[in-house]
Amino acid sequence: MKSGARILVESLHRQGVSTIFGYPGAAVLPIYDELYSSPVRHILVRHEQAAAHAADGYARASGQTGVCLATSGPGACNLVTGIATAYMDSSPVIAITGQVATHLIGNDAFQEADITGITMPVTKHSYLVKRTEDLGGVIMEAFHIAGSGRKGPVLVDIPKDVSMNRISHDPSGDAIHPRGYSPTVNANRRQITRAVDMIANAERPLIYAGGGVIASGASGELLQLAELMMIPVTSTLMGLGCIPGDHPLNLGMLGMHGTAQANYAVTGCDLLIAIGARFDDRVTGKIEAFAPRAQVIHVDIDPAEIGKNREAHLPVVGDCRDVLLHLCSHLQKGKTGDSWQQTIAGWKQQYRPVYGGDGFLHPQDIIRAISDMLGGNSVIVTEVGQHQMWTAQHYCFRSPRQLITSGGLGTMGFGLPAAMGAHYARPEVPVIDISGDGSLQMNIQEFGTIAQYNIPVKIMVMNNMFLGMVRQWQELFHDRRYSFTELPPVDFVRIAEAYGIGGMKVESCDEVVPAVETALSTDGPFLIDFRIEREENVFPMVPAGAAVNEMMGVRRQ
Amino acid sequence: MTLHTLSILVEDHPGALSRISGLFSRRGYNIGSLAVGPCESAGLSRITITVTGDDAQVEQVRKQASKLIDVIRVSDMTGTPRVERELALIRVTAGPGAPQAEIMQIAQTFQAAVVDIGSASVLLEVTGDTGKIDATERLLRRYGVRECTRTGKIAARREEKDT
Ligand SMILES: Cc1cc2nc3c(=O)[nH]c(=O)nc-3n(C[C@H](O)[C@H](O)[C@H](O)COP(=O)(O)OP(=O)(O)OC[C@H]3O[C@@H](n4cnc5c(N)ncnc54)[C@H](O)[C@@H]3O)c2cc1C
Ligand SMILES: Cc1ncc(C[n+]2csc(CCOP(=O)(O)OP(=O)(O)O)c2C)c(N)n1
Repeated sequence: MKSGARILVESLHRQGVSTIFGYPGAAVLPIYDELYSSPVRHILVRHEQAAAHAADGYARASGQTGVCLATSGPGACNLVTGIATAYMDSSPVIAITGQVATHLIGNDAFQEADITGITMPVTKHSYLVKRTEDLGGVIMEAFHIAGSGRKGPVLVDIPKDVSMNRISHDPSGDAIHPRGYSPTVNANRRQITRAVDMIANAERPLIYAGGGVIASGASGELLQLAELMMIPVTSTLMGLGCIPGDHPLNLGMLGMHGTAQANYAVTGCDLLIAIGARFDDRVTGKIEAFAPRAQVIHVDIDPAEIGKNREAHLPVVGDCRDVLLHLCSHLQKGKTGDSWQQTIAGWKQQYRPVYGGDGFLHPQDIIRAISDMLGGNSVIVTEVGQHQMWTAQHYCFRSPRQLITSGGLGTMGFGLPAAMGAHYARPEVPVIDISGDGSLQMNIQEFGTIAQYNIPVKIMVMNNMFLGMVRQWQELFHDRRYSFTELPPVDFVRIAEAYGIGGMKVESCDEVVPAVETALSTDGPFLIDFRIEREENVFPMVPAGAAVNEMMGVRRQ
Repeated sequence: MTLHTLSILVEDHPGALSRISGLFSRRGYNIGSLAVGPCESAGLSRITITVTGDDAQVEQVRKQASKLIDVIRVSDMTGTPRVERELALIRVTAGPGAPQAEIMQIAQTFQAAVVDIGSASVLLEVTGDTGKIDATERLLRRYGVRECTRTGKIAARREEKDT
């Protein structure tokens, strides 16, 4: 006889889950009782939101599905922001929630919340398991759905009696494959042939690569295509790392805070090859003026993304890797027009990033120093705000999954817990959380978790005593009326110390490198509170509603 | 902007209908009418939804709905030869002194059945496409419509004719 709780925990183990993140409560007591003696490691967070972000960070760092666990009612509700964050960035997460016993459902029972209803718009799918016999099969199906096609979060709500009941036969083996679910992986061959023609005939082609390239593990194939045809590559925030940052064909990020060369190249190209990217409004700016002279090839595994924001001349539904492999095998080695290469080289020369150089402590220099010291051997996690954009612009990412950041939902407080998850996915690599003083205080209670488990996350706070990104908009578009964006100074080093975490404050340029060295050589977690220039801005910037080539803060050199 | 009729084949799972209706409202589409019921395959239901939008918008919501795990297939019936039906139950004032004969005449013209006769009203049942039901209701209104209940529209493809 096996309880539902045992079936659940054994299923997780069978799925290869090494670590889950959770927080207990009455409705999940039977599950916690099983975890007590299970090979699946459980990390006790300090707030359920952090459990969801940690599972998400684990998923993004490893490519495997992450798992979080919370009790019914308030516990489940606390997961919602984390689930929505994973949904917007197509990250595979399984959220397991306890629920009141089946006979109490719908009765406004103690700690009852309709979590499948609440999360319906932000999950790929969800289950309310009504019978213990169904549990094993549901878990298998949930992993299948979360981790295939366009990945995403799946919620499994388990009433307390379902996890307590014992059954003699666990029919997990007979899981039914959902009839309505069969993502298209292999692209239509005719579309591939047409893409080959369009690429071979383009004079000014540009690859616009997104998070789909990373999700599909297609960075190698992407690089192969780019090098084969000498096509420059720009990537979205979510695609960073799909081509090495220092590669000659790399133009960096495009969009609102993209590089000048990337945004000019989009405006000038005659063929835009969008691969695993979804024409987000942060990328396109004014959509009518985005790639106005280009034919568009749009490769995406989700047919609903194609034509959603921008009409594609050639839609290709399929997995990035499959499509890129076929493109490479059909294309003859070629070279795009010399004048296009020269134009781009010219932009790269003329428009270098503008910042600092005055001896004050600038965040761009700090991030470049960290990048120089760690290079490819790191996982960089960020919170949300200016520091996130400076990281995207100034860290030289060498490989996929090296940057973990909340792009679609832009969730402040994501970084620290996601960094914890990333550590369990890749324990051999230093994990850095680049943070702002605002974001850090959104999940600062997780200092407790990293201290308890000695999770060696290095927290680098770009402390400007402002909600900097919002302040920047107020400066530029609201006459410097800094309405509720100033934060009083906080002594983060002392907060860290209170949890038993080491830390130091840095106020001048020459302290940066030694401080980072100290952080990296310290076992366990460490915090550096960088007191940066308070009113530093993120440039370039495409103002809302403008075309991507209408950037503020670019200077010709 | 045109009226589209979408026919959606779904798993007969609890919550399937709310996933679909939630998706329409979340993405900013107003459902005109909705009809749900069992269909030819056990374990599946067919939902017929009418929605107004331009072709690209409706195509977008069709693709989004197709992605729901419980959804097997979404077909946009607009433009395919099809039969569409709705049913209405209309209670008309028809007490002593009311022009009973006129009401009966209208019922006859629209092939509406009289399903209940009370002392002060009659209940008519009428089936047909939206236009026919609208017309029936409009004509009956001058006698006083006390209650009108309409089903959502359902639709079935016509078999292709050999030529
Ligand atoms: C403060 C702030 C500023 C920002 N500024 C910028 C900016 O300047 N520039 C920028 O680029 N972003 C910026 N972003 C991020 C932005 O909001 C979006 O999250 C991001 O642009 C989306 O990236 P993406 O298009 O790669 O899509 P993702 O959200 O990564 O989606 C991936 C796409 O690939 C598809 N896909 C998934 N798996 C596969 C597969 N196996 N095969 C094929 N296709 C697949 C999916 O269906 C989806 O369409 C900013 C975010 C914040 C918070
Ligand atoms: C949960 C949440 N609330 C509000 C916002 C809006 N927002 C975006 S950036 C930002 C400021 C971030 O401040 P900080 O973390 O200090 O970073 P900085 O911009 O100063 O680098 C705010 C409030 C958000 N993205 N997430």
